[in-house]
Order: sequence, then C-alpha cells, then structure tokens
Amino acid sequence: MTTGLALRSVTKRFGGFAALEEVDFVAHGGEVHALLGENGAGKSTLMNVACGIYAPDEGRVEIDGKAVSIAGARDAAARGIGMVHQHFKLVPAFSVLDNILLFNPGRPAAEVGAEAQRLAARIGFDLPLEARAGTLPVAEQQRLEILKVLIGGARIVILDEPTAVLSPEEGTALMGLIRGLADEGAAVILVTHKLHEALHHSDRITVLRQGRTIAETTPEGMNPAELTTLIVGEQIVEEPELSSHVGERVIWLNGVELAGDAGRRGLTGLDFQVRAGEIYGVAGVAGNGQSELAEVLMGLARPTGGTVWMDGENITEAGPAGRRRAGLACIPVDRYRHGLAGRLSVADNYAVNGVLAGRYGGWMWLNRAKARARAREAVEEFDVQGVRGMGQRAALLSGGNAQKLVIAREFEGETRVVLAHSPSRGLDVRAGAAVHARLRAARDAGAAVILISDDLDEILLLSDRIGVLSDGRMAAEFTAPADRAEIGRAMVSHGDD
Amino acid sequence: MDFLANWLINIPGFAVPFALAALGLIFSERAGVLNLGAEGFMLGGALAGVGLTLNGAPPLVALGGAMVAGAALGLVFAVLVAGLRINHVISGLALVFLAQALTSYIANENDWANQSFAGLQDLVLGQDIVVWATPLLCLGTVWLLGRTRFGLTLRAVGENPGAADAAGIDVTAMRFAAIAIGAALMGLAGGYLTVAVSKIWVDNVVGGRGWIAIALVIFARWHPWRALAGALLFGCIEALIPRVNAAGWAVPQYYLQMTPYLATLAVMIWSAARGGDRWAQPAALGQHHIREERD
Ligand SMILES: Nc1ncnc2c1ncn2[C@@H]1O[C@H](COP(=O)(O)OP(=O)(O)OP(=O)(O)O)[C@@H](O)[C@H]1O
Ligand SMILES: [Mg+2]
Repeated sequence: MTTGLALRSVTKRFGGFAALEEVDFVAHGGEVHALLGENGAGKSTLMNVACGIYAPDEGRVEIDGKAVSIAGARDAAARGIGMVHQHFKLVPAFSVLDNILLFNPGRPAAEVGAEAQRLAARIGFDLPLEARAGTLPVAEQQRLEILKVLIGGARIVILDEPTAVLSPEEGTALMGLIRGLADEGAAVILVTHKLHEALHHSDRITVLRQGRTIAETTPEGMNPAELTTLIVGEQIVEEPELSSHVGERVIWLNGVELAGDAGRRGLTGLDFQVRAGEIYGVAGVAGNGQSELAEVLMGLARPTGGTVWMDGENITEAGPAGRRRAGLACIPVDRYRHGLAGRLSVADNYAVNGVLAGRYGGWMWLNRAKARARAREAVEEFDVQGVRGMGQRAALLSGGNAQKLVIAREFEGETRVVLAHSPSRGLDVRAGAAVHARLRAARDAGAAVILISDDLDEILLLSDRIGVLSDGRMAAEFTAPADRAEIGRAMVSHGDD
Repeated sequence: MDFLANWLINIPGFAVPFALAALGLIFSERAGVLNLGAEGFMLGGALAGVGLTLNGAPPLVALGGAMVAGAALGLVFAVLVAGLRINHVISGLALVFLAQALTSYIANENDWANQSFAGLQDLVLGQDIVVWATPLLCLGTVWLLGRTRFGLTLRAVGENPGAADAAGIDVTAMRFAAIAIGAALMGLAGGYLTVAVSKIWVDNVVGGRGWIAIALVIFARWHPWRALAGALLFGCIEALIPRVNAAGWAVPQYYLQMTPYLATLAVMIWSAARGGDRWAQPAALGQHHIREERD
C-alpha cells in the first residue's frame, strides 16, 4: 500500500488550451518530492488540482491508495492536504490569528492560538499572533501560510515556489523545516526553480514539460547540468564575461542617507558610482538595505540626506516618472504585485510605459495596432509562454511568464541606467539565462547596470564590480573577478572593519 | 428651550432609518458587495409597511413584513451580483429604478397613497421600540461581524475572496447571505420611515436617504458604531429642518433641504482627505470572484 498522494493521468484544459495532459505524479509519505519544470509547464495547475481548487477534466486523485474526489479546498483540508500557494492566500487586513482561524474553522480561537504558538516554537518560528498579516515581511507571511496549513493537520504539504521570496538563509531554514515534516511522516511536495534545492533537499524529483510528465528520478548521481537538460530540453551554460569597454560614470550616489523606522532599515552615508558599460553588483545578506536602496534609486523613497546624480544632473528630488524620462529602467523585486495589472490585457500591460512616453501616439489618440504589434514582438523575443492572444488577461500567465512580460517591457526603449532587483527570481533556468543575457546586452550597449541580488552566484556571474551592502552601508567594493570567500566575509562584517 | 427639547426628542426618529440602512449596507459591503441599491431596498420595505398597516396589520407585523420585502429584493440583487456576476454598480442602480417604479405602481394600484394611519406608538421617553432596539442591533452587528466565525468568513470574502475560497469558504453563498441580511435591515429602515415617521405613503417617500446612508458608511469606514454616530448627526440635521420653519426663521426651505446633502459631501471630502486608515475599506469591494479564473 502506498501512503501519500497520487495523481493519475490528470488532464486539465483552460478553454481550448491543455495546461496538463495525462500527468502522473506520486508523492509518498515521509519524502520530500521536488516538482520541477520551466515557467508555464503546469506545476501550479497540477498542485491546484491536488488541493481541490481546480477540478481535473480527466484523471483521478488518490490518497493513501484510494481514489477520492476532492470537492473543494475544505474537503482537501479535511483529507489532510494543505497547500502554500505561489501567490499567498492571505487576508492582509486580518490578524495572524484570524488568518489561521479562517483556515481552521470550528475550533475555539484560544485553542487554535495556543496550538499555533506551540507549533511555531517547535519548528522555530516566531510569529506575532496579533499583528496584521499585511504588515508582515514576506518571509513571515510565508511562515503564516505554512503554519495555517500545518495546524489543519496536513499530512500532504504542498509548497509552490516557497523560496522564491526568501533570502538564501531563510530558504535554508525552510529546507530544514520541510525535512523535519517529512521525517514525521508527511509527504512534502516542493515546487521550485532552484536546482540545488531539488538536488540537496529532496528524495525524489518529477519533471514536467509543457503539461506532460517528462521524468521521475532520484537526485542521487544527478548533477545540475543533467537536471537542466531534463527541465528545458537543452544544456544551458552561463559563463562570466567581463565588460570590454567601461565609459564615464552615469549614475552616482553621494553620501545618501535614509532614516530608518519600525519596518525599515536606514541607509547611512552611501557612496558609489556606476559607469557606462559596466554591471555593478550589489551583494549582501537580504535585509541589509537592498530594498531601501532600490527605492531610493527608483525615486520611490526620498533620501533624508545626500544626493543622487545621473548624467551630471542632480535627480535627488526627481520622482519615478522623471527618472524614467531620463532613461532609468527598473525591474522591481515584487514584479507580480507592483509590475502588472492582472485584469488588463497582455498588450496593455506591455504598452503602458510606451504610452506614457508617447511612443504610441499623442494624448488624444492611441495607436493600438502598433502597441499590439510591439507587444507581440516582445512576447516572442522574451519567450513569454502561454500567451494565446494579445488581448488575454495578464493574470492568466504563469507566475514566471508574468515576470518575463514585465522584464520585456522594461527593456523597451532607450535606457541609460538599468536597475534590476533579483531579476531571475521565480524564473526557470532558461528564462534566467535570457534575462542575464539582456542585462549584458544593455551593458554592452553602453548602459550602466545596477544589479541587486542576494544570490551571490548571480552577482559573481554578471558583475564587473561588486559592492557589499551591510547594515545600510557599502561595506566593501571589489573588482571582478573577485574572491567569493572575501565577499562572504564582507557580507557579515557589519561594515565595522 | 421649548425649541431645543422639541428638537432633541425628534432626533432619534430621524436617525433610526439612517442607522438601520447603514448597518444593512455594512453587512453587504463587508462581504465585498458594493451596494448602491439601498434606496431601492428601503422603498420596498416602506411600501410593505404601508400596505400591511392599511390592511390592518399591527405595526410590528408591518415592520416584519418590511424586512421580508427588503430581503426579497435583496435576493434579486444577489442573483444579479453574486449569482450572475453582473457589475455591482449597474445592478444596484437598476434595482433602485426598478423599486421606484414598482412601489409607486403598486401603491397607486391599491390606493395606498396619501392615506394616513396611526402607525407605531411611542414606548418610553417619547421614543418607540425601534429606536430602543437600534443600538442593540448595532451592538449585535459589531459582535456578529467581529466576534463570530460567521463574521470572520463574511469579512474574509470581502477582503480576499481568493483566499476565502482557498480556505474552503463558499464565496457565493456568503455573499447571498450578506446581501439578504443587509437588505432586510434596509427594508426595516424603509418600513420604519413609513410606519413610524411619515405614517403615510407618498411616492418616493424614502427621498434620497438611501444615498445618504451610502455616504455615511464611507464616512464611518464600514464600522457600525461610527455609522450610528453618523446617523445621529444626520438625524440632528433632519430634525432641525421642520423646526426652523416652524420657529418662523426666514431661511429659504430649499437651502434647508440641501443641508443633508451638503453634510454628505462635507463628510465624504473629510473622509477622503483623512485617508490614512486604509484597512477600513473592504479590499475586494465590488470585485467578482470566479474560482478558476486568476486575478
Ligand atoms: N486559470 C487559468 N486560465 C487560463 N490559463 C491558465 C490558468 N491557469 C494556468 N493557465 C495556463 O496554464 C499554463 C500552466 O500554468 P502554471 O501556472 O501551472 O505554470 P507553472 O508551471 O506553475 O509556471 P511558473 O513556474 O511560471 O509558476 C500556463 O500557460 C498558464 O498560462
Ligand atoms: Mg507556478
């Protein structure tokens, strides 16, 4: 007898489009099962079928060897299936405790609260039960999601790209946690794009490609290259490639200060410059001022001291629109929430920058045909998959493909400075490599590129120079090729060397 | 002195319809249903109150009938917005126009118009039972929405229907329930207006109070107690109007009749300018939820 979850030849269509075709998937109790596949392969769709949110068109779901028909999310929960969704299912206005109660109805609040505390302590979480969910940092929101599911007594725990929003340290902690769950007998399904998670933290691996199961294997004896080939069907090798021509400085910060407050770290005396034709990597442990630096650069946060210069002009006081006009392109970290209007069409989402810049006609008249044509080209060029028509709502794209659309848009037009904040987060290997190639192309065309990332590998791969952000200050600067260990030391030095 | 006492004693009667309608709206909007139909539900309740009273029903029965009439109209509205997922604004406006035409038609067919009757009598301190019950209803709403599982689910549906769905909550059923309860309260508000205040039917007897209630809910940031306070404020203004004329002050009556709407505008501008507390408006107000469609 098998314990755990089995999906047998599941097919799911949206309109005429088959997102899943006869997919087989088995996750046993006591194992961590990695589900891999490129953006749009159908991973989230499959997991939504497993947890009763989507009804399969064909095929069946089995739990502990018995075929079941899951009537909905509550039924799934009653059968011990819990899912942490790629885009969290939280009520931001509710307290942490109310969010937990919502998923665990029919039990007294005090009891659930006490159990939440106990469970949180056992797995090493620290969650303020009275805080509003919407005010928590993402990592804590995710802990809340996990807790919500575990209190329900889930034995089949599905995590859809849980580490996409976490720092490497938080990700490692999460891997420890799910190993503990598996050791207690749960079947843990881990959807991820990070190969090392699958290789080092899972017991079995299933790979999906274009809605079909391509392979089921174990991580033993696998290396990243083989796994990549399984996922995208080809080898993808990325090599560092330094800039051949560095020009004048384009953007520079002079003693920039930002006052910190409760939820925010401050920046102190930030000084650095980025020249035309170079990629400047900002490394650092997440939470050391990266988001604040990005906000200052985008014009979303006004520094409390110091100046920001671009092409010899003081842009400290300029807002986002002004900076855009001056040639700043931004790939924000939370692309799904801040970069996309889900209810608008793919074409509209793509064209919005160009419309503001007047590329598609004046203020009275909009050249829709032109916007659509450009959007179509960009979708091809950036390999945004799952676009069935330019009028399709952007929200229907898979998580990774939605990001590709935002990235495509930001690279449109003349750019002097490119700011990329964790640009490959949530992307599959191929899409990640494509974005890297884009950043290099922008650099080679003479733009100054600022890359903020907490993935040190990405920084080392792309950067011509590297600054280490620690405690809101630039703790050290390196010129590539730099020594990984030395950067690592600077990252934890708290700038007091 | 006489003027003041006379004014004060009349305030609660004028405040109650606003308060009840606002409570009803809070139910509906906390579940994410943008409800512009208030005027319509109130008219339905008002007519039911008159019809029953003129046919010999005691006032409390007439008020009960008003709630049923409101809830029945509410179900029509619920089928449109929660069942068929038609735009909330359009459905609400359509419902108001429908109720205006329908109530005038029924009243005139049955010769109910312009017949006065005794209506609801005062209980203590010159106030009737509904006045005394209104704070209790408000308390009940606060408790139900804030302290019970029903309230938690209802608010979750209004804040994030996708999350509610993932928690296994039937979003459509919750919205039906919220609309029906809310519409019953708005029906009661309308019934009170005819059975206890005007004690007569004239076409469009509700006279825009439903719209004011909508503004009041925004002003109250969807909170029952604040809605009650707002209702009192509007009650003060409305109770003042006839008394100013009676006192023989030469204020053109059009200006007086304008005051509730001016106050509404002022209140809305104030609450917009204050902004700040962005948690108050239900985040999914006016949004549909369709499970297999992402948004
Ligand atoms: N509700 C829906 N309506 C229409 N199409 C959908 C819907 N949900 C998913 N799809 C389509 O199905 C395909 C698979 O999407 P899915 O979200 O499962 O991908 P994924 O493997 O999770 O990708 P990612 O890694 O980018 O999150 C995509 O092409 C997507 O556009
Ligand atoms: Mg996905």
